[in-house]
Amino acid sequence: MTRFTVRTVPAPDRAEQARYDLRTVLGSFELANPVMTASGCAAAGRELNQFFDVAALGAVATKSIMVNPRSGRPTPRMAETSSGMLNSIGLQGPGIAAFLEHDLPWLAEHGATAIVSIAGSSVEEYSELARRLRSAPGVAAIEINISCPNVADRGLVFACDPDAAARVVSEVRGRSAPSVPVFAKLSPDVTDIVSIARACVSAGADGLSMINTTLGMAVDMDTMRPVLAGVTGGLSGPAVKPVAVRCIWAVHAAMPEVPIIGMGGVRSGLDALELILAGASAVAVGTAIFHDPSAPTRVLRELRDALVARGFGSVADAVGHAHRPPEPHPRPGDEDAVDDLETAGAEG
Amino acid sequence: MSDEHGPVQVRGEVLSVRRVGGYHHMALTAPGVAERTRPGQFVALAVGGPDTGLVLRRAFSIHRVSSRGVYGGTVEIVFAVAGAGTAWLAAQGAHAIVDVVGPLGKGFSLPREPGTATLVGGGYGSAPLFTLAEQLRERGCRVDFVLGAAAADRVFGALDAKRMASTVAVTTEDGSTGTRGIVTDVLSDVLDRSRSDVVYACGPMGMLRAVSAVAAHHGLPVQCAVEESMACGVGVCMTCVLPVVGDDGVTRMARSCVEGPVFRGDRVRWDDVGSIPADTYGAPAGGGAAR
Repeated sequence: MTRFTVRTVPAPDRAEQARYDLRTVLGSFELANPVMTASGCAAAGRELNQFFDVAALGAVATKSIMVNPRSGRPTPRMAETSSGMLNSIGLQGPGIAAFLEHDLPWLAEHGATAIVSIAGSSVEEYSELARRLRSAPGVAAIEINISCPNVADRGLVFACDPDAAARVVSEVRGRSAPSVPVFAKLSPDVTDIVSIARACVSAGADGLSMINTTLGMAVDMDTMRPVLAGVTGGLSGPAVKPVAVRCIWAVHAAMPEVPIIGMGGVRSGLDALELILAGASAVAVGTAIFHDPSAPTRVLRELRDALVARGFGSVADAVGHAHRPPEPHPRPGDEDAVDDLETAGAEG
Repeated sequence: MSDEHGPVQVRGEVLSVRRVGGYHHMALTAPGVAERTRPGQFVALAVGGPDTGLVLRRAFSIHRVSSRGVYGGTVEIVFAVAGAGTAWLAAQGAHAIVDVVGPLGKGFSLPREPGTATLVGGGYGSAPLFTLAEQLRERGCRVDFVLGAAAADRVFGALDAKRMASTVAVTTEDGSTGTRGIVTDVLSDVLDRSRSDVVYACGPMGMLRAVSAVAAHHGLPVQCAVEESMACGVGVCMTCVLPVVGDDGVTRMARSCVEGPVFRGDRVRWDDVGSIPADTYGAPAGGGAAR
């Protein structure tokens, strides 16, 4: 096409948006809207509730909880990188007992939909966590963090091995209440993420969360030594969004029926839409929260505008849209169709 | 949701940026922040503008606030240009928009009874101490200042200090003004002469550690506002932790953004900052068993 017309997206009709149904369905798991916090970037919701009503989100995914209290890794734990950051927190947390006593009830009292992220260093620990959560009220879903890169032994990253991943998923699925959906959170640091995804689904995962951080490292130019006390850390932020899109695309292409929660570098509604078009049915906002503590509600607002502007009748209509064959070329003289296509291109 | 004491997120408008010695002073509107601020609290600013590649907030202790006047609530900060984020801030002109979150963290505790307080500031770490000094004076306290820095252009607020304090001692490492040396070279004398009851300090970690040791030697309580690097400033990222002993005697990795930035100097395990002491609650070696 040689003609190039510029057209702004019409001002959103607020009344129309208020009516817009943002519900999304992940298998048996229905959410009021598709935007949630990413595990590890929202603690257990309390701090962010100072800036927006956490109950207004589709869900709050808690920081990964372990069986025992954990001090985490030494500092420095964080390094800013180009359009991203490295972290090596090392899963600092209060342990499951304190979580069940203080954090989960708080989320329930405030009307938040809680996705409880769990992490362990052995299959037995995951099993214990699932058992303790089974009798706890207010667990909307469980996200199994099998992909935290900040562990001393890379061999312990369950998400790097299909058999290990399957063992953890099978154990947690078996120990959890049948009505509580279980999602496995995958690492992008694997040769073939589809094979890991298949192993998790075969082991009983109701859905998949993608992606966890990707392992990275930075050297301080003043000290000329590694910035992080833990040497390596997980890279997150806008820099990893294309990696998330690639992983979601590949898994959705292989298993279009498996619900995906997408995360990785989302900081705007268009970023969220990009993950949805690649195959995610819900999207989590993570590192962007550090830059803007009200980012999740802003992303939700922007996502709704973006869905309306592109004519999607529902979130479901947009899920995996990028996999569908392109629509037929507009006929010459069909001005509206040309405008629509070019607007979408310029926006994307 | 936000309450009258909690932080708010607002679009601040820059009123002025000017050089003060080796530092930059920025004043910006921040409606709602000023009214809630206590000395020692901080703000976290987004830097780099929309679509920036700088994804982490920059935390600055609040130098001054004004909740009245033609601009409504305003906040003032002092900073040194240390990287791309602070360079961007320094380059902003009047009317630039900066996203502000604050006030954050726990500020200094004020004494219930009138007494004598010594305030120790290192470099631009002195920035929050002047509103603290004013509030101490309003409570009938005597205030003495010790300000230290590498060189004369890095001593911040000596004139303000002279206006509000009974005595002001200045140290510089190069001797370009005041006594050649560091704050702890003169602190003992100041504490003795002023018969100080309490010490407040803000500055680099090494200075806070040394000031805490001097205060302990004199048997004085000391409150330190720490400078730990932060990513979010609001308590969710878990990067700004340091080992702090709790009321129960157990060491925990405390978030300096929400449990601090002001800590009792005798509770921070200064020698262990940057590590996880083996007896920390939840430490890998089975720490925390003390409880």
